[in-house]
Amino acid sequence: MNNNPMSFNSTPSSSASSDAFNQGLAKEANSSRAFGKHTAPFVILLLVITLLASAANLLLPESASLYVSTYSITLLGKYLCYAMLALAVDIIWGYCGILSLGHGAFFALGGYAMGMYLMRQIGDRGVYGNPLLPDFMVFLDWQELPWFWLGMDQFWFAMIMAVFIPGLLAFVFGWLAFRSRVTGVYLSIMTQALTYALLLSFFRNEMGFGGNNGLTDFKEILGFDLQSDATRVSLFVITAIMLSLVFVSSHYILKSRLGKVVLAVRDGESRARFLGYRTQNYKVWLFVYSAVIAGIAGALYVPQVGIINPGEFSPINSIEIVIWVAVGGRGTLIGAIIGALLVNYAKTRFTAIMPEAWLFALGAMFVLVTLYLPKGLMGLYDQLKTKYGTSNTESSKSNTTPSTHKEANE
Amino acid sequence: MSLLESTRNTFRRDQVWSFLAPHEQQVNVDKDMILYVEGLSVSFDGFKALNDLNLYINDGELRCLIGANGAGKTTLMDVITGKTACDTGSVFFGQNIDLLNKDEAEIAQLGIGRKFQKPTVFEEQTVFSNLELSLKSDKGVLPTLWAKLTPTQLDRIDEVLTTIGLKQQCFMLAGALSHGQKQWLEIGMLLAAEPRLLLIDEPVAGMTAQETERTAELLTSLAGDHTVIVVEHDMEFVRSLARTVTVLHQGSVLAEGTMDQIQNHPDVIEVYLGEDASLTSSTKAGESYL
Ligand SMILES: Nc1ncnc2c1ncn2[C@@H]1O[C@H](COP(=O)(O)OP(=O)(O)O)[C@@H](O)[C@H]1O
Ligand SMILES: [Mg+2]
Repeated sequence: MNNNPMSFNSTPSSSASSDAFNQGLAKEANSSRAFGKHTAPFVILLLVITLLASAANLLLPESASLYVSTYSITLLGKYLCYAMLALAVDIIWGYCGILSLGHGAFFALGGYAMGMYLMRQIGDRGVYGNPLLPDFMVFLDWQELPWFWLGMDQFWFAMIMAVFIPGLLAFVFGWLAFRSRVTGVYLSIMTQALTYALLLSFFRNEMGFGGNNGLTDFKEILGFDLQSDATRVSLFVITAIMLSLVFVSSHYILKSRLGKVVLAVRDGESRARFLGYRTQNYKVWLFVYSAVIAGIAGALYVPQVGIINPGEFSPINSIEIVIWVAVGGRGTLIGAIIGALLVNYAKTRFTAIMPEAWLFALGAMFVLVTLYLPKGLMGLYDQLKTKYGTSNTESSKSNTTPSTHKEANE
Repeated sequence: MSLLESTRNTFRRDQVWSFLAPHEQQVNVDKDMILYVEGLSVSFDGFKALNDLNLYINDGELRCLIGANGAGKTTLMDVITGKTACDTGSVFFGQNIDLLNKDEAEIAQLGIGRKFQKPTVFEEQTVFSNLELSLKSDKGVLPTLWAKLTPTQLDRIDEVLTTIGLKQQCFMLAGALSHGQKQWLEIGMLLAAEPRLLLIDEPVAGMTAQETERTAELLTSLAGDHTVIVVEHDMEFVRSLARTVTVLHQGSVLAEGTMDQIQNHPDVIEVYLGEDASLTSSTKAGESYL
């Protein structure tokens, strides 16, 4: 066996000679490249909008009609963090069929890691002026820094923790759950219990994470003032870039043969096992990957919103994420992102008018989507495209093969 | 002392650590026997699905397994492929590989392929992807992430597609195939893995007469290079395979031999005719088995 880089058309030695077969192969090869049909345009669109919004904030005077306020920039940055979180849930739910109702926990853990770093950056500028201990510890009369706060004054270390802790928790949880072959509703309930247990623990002052006030009053990150426009815009741009990176790498993973195995696990786990795949390992590692993405999202979220508290662990948050994904269209990475952006924009508008009713609206949205749009907005888009499929000759041409379905997965 | 010894053993220079050593085992069929099932018993909540069952399969043989519903045929396959744990007994693949302490994935990698009673293919993926996933390859997580199809593997897929007659449907979603085509695709998935032993559970259920005939041809052609065990209810089909037949009854082997021997076997006649005598309504069912 030689391990030539894959190029289906240029393998004359192959006895696979029929034309249709080779054409199909070439197409199959295309679809499994990191940049699928929608990937590159989507990333470019995302980055262009990010740059335009940033420029409109930094370069235009406040009186200009196209000026984007710093408040909006921060809001957009927050939405992008949610989008990354939705992506994480979609990878595990949409592609692997594991309904995690506890991803908020990984997000919050990433956030706490960042929060601890920011807390230690405050130094002696806190209310009590203690150079070493954060305010809440002084208030609790603690004499020294708990061991798990050590090293968190180093940015690099805190960032490693922001991905390592969620990843480790996901690994331990996944290893226990998937090896014992816990699936379906039971697994979802376990993930809820996980985030709920963390919620209760983080509420306690003795945990050393600021109790129910959480961590807040941050001053600066890497020496940059968190209140300044430039820092805000930078954080927003960095979030957009991270989202793009995560999007592309997820696309690459899910288009590889590993991605096919993941789908196989979703649609027929025991068949996959009898083909020789240790499906539990695939599930554990995908779960870890997903948790790490959630952790990164959390770490980017905290400096932008300026606070992290145990509320982020509340079970309802994790359920909301699932709704974003369902609305956008599960099993499509773009759908998850769009779902998160739209639902959160709606939430911002809606809660400004009647905050009490938001949960009802969210529930109604979920019911409607489940009943009428089982594939979410992306599914609707696909339907419309096949119905009025003349908008784009290129795409309609490549759609004539029976595998239209694959489109949804791009 | 013993600590020293075990440390010394751990660091022996003439061996690699056992967890680092490649543990690909080659099946040993020196005695021309590929599967030994001895004294196998399985019970579900006290109900004995398999009861002291003995079965020996020759290398390269095509064996038909028949028996009424609930006789334990599927359960036997479950035990061989590592899905169900047994209470007592032993299952050996060749002379050297004990299958009872292995999980499904490892058994599959040893070269034992299994087709389910209900056709199971990955419906949301193309026929091609279904076969790609089934190829004999390193099935670890990272190797799968970097995996690329080699020309040899492509040829293999092409070959299998020709064998199962699904070349035209190669890039269709497997879910869009007809029932019979799904059955073939599943057999094709087993073939792509280049197995030694194929366990095929009711392959012609729901197939048209013509499809049944083609399936019989396919299975017959596989024997020799592969060892094939077929479970089937359709006597016409079993007869067309015309090989050794094993009759299971209430979890153990009732009779074994050619089709003619089986039909004239006193135990078999007694079991089926005896049942029929007491339960007149099932006469037809009894006939359909024999
Ligand atoms: N997981 C299980 N739990 C309980 N009973 C089972 C289980 N699997 C099989 N059985 C019982 O074992 C018997 C044998 O089943 P099976 O092997 O499927 O029969 P066959 O395939 O020969 O029709 C049946 O009576 C069935 O009800
Ligand atoms: Mg059965």
